Amino acid sequence: MSGPTTTVPTGTDTGGVDLPPSQGPRENRLSVLLATGGLVVAAVYFLVPIWWLVVASSKSQATLVSTGGLWFASPFQLFSNVADLFAFRDSLYLRWLANSIGYAVLGAGFGTLFAVMAGYALAKYVFRGREVVFNLILGGVLVPATALALPLFLMFSQVGLVDTYWAVFLPSLVSPFGVYLARIYAAASVPEPLLEAARLDGASEFRAFFVIAMRLMKPALVTIFLFQFVVIWNNFFLPLVMLSNERLFPITLGLYTWNSSINQAPELRLFVIVGSLVSILPLLIAFLGLQRFWQSGLSAGGVK
Amino acid sequence: MTTATTAPAGEVPRVVARKRDPIKHKGAIIGFLAPFVVLFTLFYAIPVLYALYQSFFKTERKGTFGAATTVFGGFEQYQRVFSSSEFWTSIGRVLLLFIVQVPIMLGLALLFALLLDSTVVRGKKFFRLVIFAPYAVPGVIAAIMWGFLYVPSLSPFSITENVDFLGSGLVLWSIANVITWVFCGYNMLIIFSALQAIPQEIYEAARTDGAGQVRIAWSIKIPIVLPAIILTFVFSIIGTLQLFNEPQVFRTITSSVSSTYTPNMVVYSTSIVPNYNLSAAYSVVLALSTFVLSFIFLKVTQKRAFA
Repeated sequence: MSGPTTTVPTGTDTGGVDLPPSQGPRENRLSVLLATGGLVVAAVYFLVPIWWLVVASSKSQATLVSTGGLWFASPFQLFSNVADLFAFRDSLYLRWLANSIGYAVLGAGFGTLFAVMAGYALAKYVFRGREVVFNLILGGVLVPATALALPLFLMFSQVGLVDTYWAVFLPSLVSPFGVYLARIYAAASVPEPLLEAARLDGASEFRAFFVIAMRLMKPALVTIFLFQFVVIWNNFFLPLVMLSNERLFPITLGLYTWNSSINQAPELRLFVIVGSLVSILPLLIAFLGLQRFWQSGLSAGGVK
Repeated sequence: MTTATTAPAGEVPRVVARKRDPIKHKGAIIGFLAPFVVLFTLFYAIPVLYALYQSFFKTERKGTFGAATTVFGGFEQYQRVFSSSEFWTSIGRVLLLFIVQVPIMLGLALLFALLLDSTVVRGKKFFRLVIFAPYAVPGVIAAIMWGFLYVPSLSPFSITENVDFLGSGLVLWSIANVITWVFCGYNMLIIFSALQAIPQEIYEAARTDGAGQVRIAWSIKIPIVLPAIILTFVFSIIGTLQLFNEPQVFRTITSSVSSTYTPNMVVYSTSIVPNYNLSAAYSVVLALSTFVLSFIFLKVTQKRAFA
């Protein structure tokens, strides 16, 4: 639907440079004011908690409580707070950060590759049972996380995988929604004649996929990767069930355990706040840096 | 079965090719599908079947301290599920949340998407990113953060001194606020992407007829992006029924969230008893309810949207 077939630049994507509304009816000042005002209110709502987090992370234990939450206080100690956090308890936080990055990068990387391969096969080849396979995979989207995590716990405990990296990593390789998105995108953006031409040139099916199709499906690849990355990065229930060794925790579970013991150990509060701020930066950076890819990939899934 | 051979492969005698290899590119199909299908089977299909299997068993003890043995229990666990008031209270709670929170969240998402797609506002890219930014915050972290904002000791909002956002009366809506904050931008983006895919020429006729932005939005844009809106609804049904992270975090800071506050929390707290058989039955019922609700919703809306 989108991607290479989009020929008409809509112009609404260029920030301040909008379409000249020359032939449009008089959009009066009142509606401009109302619309802009509404969006400003929304922006405040969505940004204030994050702003508060930044400000709170820069304070000391004392000024955190004694000064207003929405502006900085002296001393400004954001960087020493971060350094303290990283050093606390044998760099436990950094360990959690590395674990989360490992689970998410590897899980989303391989998961995307497998999902795209499967979606491509379901889009480009006709074979008996194709729709059955696809519908079974789609049904997987509806299965609650708890319905999977508890039986997985019992299965993994029989093969000795509970409380290991594998217990969290292996299940996160499966992205049914990724297969759905990849199938739609492959059907729309990989032209059949191009594949035929590659076959006539003697390319194998795998070569045609890795050299031609993967390149055309780049927006879908980025989209699936990012959204699977988010799913794994946000993962909480599976690690909660599987892990008891805190050195294997992802960042969500780690901060949850600290947050749960603030009453007994009040000094943890500042670490939870600074740790929350640090934990949302990787995703924010990934989304901002890759937005031109995932936005076109997302439209393929949203339209269908 | 033979549809594969209708592709214009060339001059190879069809009949021979069909006999030798009924499916074209069989090796490639298996090669592409195998990794995903194997993992899907191991980590999705088998666990679901295993949970189903387990839900038909029960643990029996000979006397109070006797060894536990697992025996077939038929529908006994399901009888317990259906007579468990905790479970149905939790279902009722998330349904109430769904009825109130999801229309608000998706209504806002639609409104923002339309505003960002219209020609009225400046700085669209900025607003789009700001509204979407909370999606980068994991649910657990968002709940921890809002947890600080809800209590007077750290909150910058003085209203928290008079209103107990974590009290039993309000805590459900405080959770609703966290969900809205995280997911509104994500839903906005799905709808916005669908809006962007509409060719501009469609609006020309309406404009020359003198239709304003509101009229165009209501009569042209919303009907066209209805499938995307339905998609966001289905995601929200699934997400709300499976709610766990946010209330589980709030449970550690307030006593108004019980260990059986949402259906998934019932499943979890039953499993740490441990009573895996009963908890398996709970998850089967929950999965089926999710499936049935999503299915009914899709059927009803498809009739409305396409009939």
